[in-house]
Amino acid sequence: MDWANIILQGVLLGGVYALFATGLAVVFGVMRIVNLAHGDFGILAAYVALVFADRWGINPLFLTVVSCVVLFGVGYALQTGLLNRAMAGGDEMRPLLITFGLAVIIQNLLLEVFSADSQGLDPGSIRTESITITGKLAIGWFPLISFGLGVAVIVVMQLFLSRTKLGRAFRATSDDQDAARLMGIDNRRIYALAMGISLAIVALAGVFMGIRTTFAPAIGGARLIFGFEAVIIGGMGSLWGTLLGGIVLGVAQAIGAQIEPGWGVLFGNVVFLAILAVKPSGFFAKTVTS
Amino acid sequence: MTDRAFTVVRTSGRQRIALGVLIAIVAVGASVPLWASTRTARTLISFLTLLAFAEMWNLLGGYAGMVSVGQQAYIGIGAYSLWFFSDKMGLQPFLGVPIAGVVAALIAVPTAVLVFRLRGGYFAIGTWVVAETYRLILANNTQAGGGTGVTVTSAGEMGQTMRLYGTYWMALVVAVGSILIVYFLLRSRTGLALTSIRDNEVASQSLGVRVWRTKLWVYVLSALGFGAAGAVAYLNLLRIQPDAAFSINWTAYTIFIVVIGGVGSIEGPIIGTVVYFALQETLAKYGTWYLILLGAIAIAITVWSPGGIWGFVQRHWNVQLFPVHRGLRLAEAVGPPEDSAVCAVDESGSGEGT
Repeated sequence: MDWANIILQGVLLGGVYALFATGLAVVFGVMRIVNLAHGDFGILAAYVALVFADRWGINPLFLTVVSCVVLFGVGYALQTGLLNRAMAGGDEMRPLLITFGLAVIIQNLLLEVFSADSQGLDPGSIRTESITITGKLAIGWFPLISFGLGVAVIVVMQLFLSRTKLGRAFRATSDDQDAARLMGIDNRRIYALAMGISLAIVALAGVFMGIRTTFAPAIGGARLIFGFEAVIIGGMGSLWGTLLGGIVLGVAQAIGAQIEPGWGVLFGNVVFLAILAVKPSGFFAKTVTS
Repeated sequence: MTDRAFTVVRTSGRQRIALGVLIAIVAVGASVPLWASTRTARTLISFLTLLAFAEMWNLLGGYAGMVSVGQQAYIGIGAYSLWFFSDKMGLQPFLGVPIAGVVAALIAVPTAVLVFRLRGGYFAIGTWVVAETYRLILANNTQAGGGTGVTVTSAGEMGQTMRLYGTYWMALVVAVGSILIVYFLLRSRTGLALTSIRDNEVASQSLGVRVWRTKLWVYVLSALGFGAAGAVAYLNLLRIQPDAAFSINWTAYTIFIVVIGGVGSIEGPIIGTVVYFALQETLAKYGTWYLILLGAIAIAITVWSPGGIWGFVQRHWNVQLFPVHRGLRLAEAVGPPEDSAVCAVDESGSGEGT
C-alpha cells in the first residue's frame, strides 16, 4: 500500500471530475439552471464514440471530436427547442423538471439500445503505458493526459470568458440578463451556446471517463453527482475552484476505496457533506448562491 | 359601504357534495379486500403508496418550491426501519409503518440542515447525494444484509390474508392521511406562508414569514409520509435491496405522476396516479419504453401546459374538489353566489396566474 501513489491517482482522477463539473458550472453561471441530465449526456457521448469506434475501427481518442460536435448540437437544440420556452418568466422549477425527464429518457433509451452491460473504449497501448518516477511511484500516460485535458479546458474557458466578445456577452447575461438584453445581446442565443458548450465539455469528460473505466446506461447519475460535488467543494462561480473540488473529491474517493473497496464513493460523499456543513460556499466562491 | 362589503369564503355547496363523494369513495375503498381479488388488492396497494408519494412530493415541490430528486432516501429508510423494528426488535410488523415514518422524520431534520444550504437545482442534486449516501451506508453494512439486502420475514410469516388486509388498510390510511395532511396544512397559516415562500422567498421573509422553519416543517412532513408509505410498499414487497429501495426510479415515477396530474394542487397527484396506472395496464409489456413515454409526456406537459391535467380542467371549468383557496365574495352579489361569483385567490399552480 503506497499512499503517495493512491493520492496521485486521486488527483489525476480529479481532473476528469473537473471536466464534468465545468460544463455544469458554465450552464449554472450563465442561466442559473441545473441540468439534471448532465451526467447522462456524458454517457451518451461515450456511446456515440463507441458506435463509431466499432463501425470504423477508429481510435476513440480521435472520436472525442465527433462526440463533442454531436453533443454541442444536441445542447443547442435542447436549449432552443425546450428549455428557453420553459425558462420564460424566470421559473427555475420547469427547466429542472425537464432535464430530470431527459435524464430518465436518455438512460432508458441507452438501456433499450445497448443493454445494461458495461462497455469500454479501447484507445490502444496508451491506456496502460506509464512513466515511472521512483521505484513505486508511477504515473499512467492516460490519467496524465486526462488531467491535462481538464486543466486545458479550464484555461480555454477562462480565456474565452475574459478575452473574447462572446465571452463578455456570457458574463453580461450572467450578471444581469435584462441589462444585457438592452445592450443588444440575444440572451436566448447565449443560453443555447452555453448549453452547447456545456455538453461539448461533458462529452470530453464522458469519453475520457469511458476510456479510463467502463460505462453503462445507469451510471449517468453518479457522474452528475461527482461533477456537482466538485462544483460545490470548489465554490460556485470559480472554474479553478472546480478543478480543486474535483481533486479533493478524487483524493477522498481514492483514500476511501483503499481503506475498504466499497467505500470510495461513500467517502467522497461524506467529504462533500462535511464541507457543505463547515464551509457551504466552497473554497473559491466568487458569486453568492442565488 | 360597510366594512363587511365582502366575505372570504372557502367552501361552496359543490365542494360539500364533492366531500361527500370522496368520503363515500374512501368507505367503499376500505371494503375492497373483503370482496376483490388478491391481484386487485395488490394493485391498489401500489396505487395508494404511489399516491402518498405523489402527494408528499407535491407538498415539497409544488407548494414549497423545493424540487427534491432524493425522496427515495426516506423510502429506503422506511423500508429498513420496518425490517429493523419488526424482525430485529420483534414488534408487530404493522406497527413498523408509523415507526418508519417517525424514523424518516427524525433523520430528515439533520439532513435538512445540510441540504437547505443549497438552492434550486443544486438543492435537487444535494438531496440525491444524501439518498446515495444513505444507500451506500446500508449497502456497506453487513449487519443490515450489505449489498444483497434483507427480507422482512416477520411480515412474510403472518399469514397471507392477514398481511394482505393489513397492508391494504395501512396503504389506505397512508394515502388518505397524506391528502389530509396537505389539505389541513394548506388551510392553516403555515399553508399561506408556504405558498408565499414558493412565489417569493425574500418578500415573504420581509413580511415576517419564518422561511427556514416553515421549509423545515414541510421537508420533515414529506419525509414522514415517504417513510411510512415506503414501509407499506415493503410490507407488500418484503424483499429489501439497497439499490432498489433507494432507487431514483421511485422519485422519477413520483415526479412524472405529479407533473402529469398537475403540480401544486391536491387533485393533480390523484389524477396523475390514475393516469399512471391506466397507462401501465396497457403499456406494461413494452418495459422501459413505458418509462420513456412517461418522461416524454411529463416534459411535454412541463413545456406546453405546466398546470398538468388538473390545471387544464381548472382553466376551462373553474372547479376545485379540495377547498384550499380563499375566495372573495362581494356582499352586493345577488342570486346564488356559487363558484362563479367567487374569484379565487391563486394559491396553486407553479407561479402561473389563474
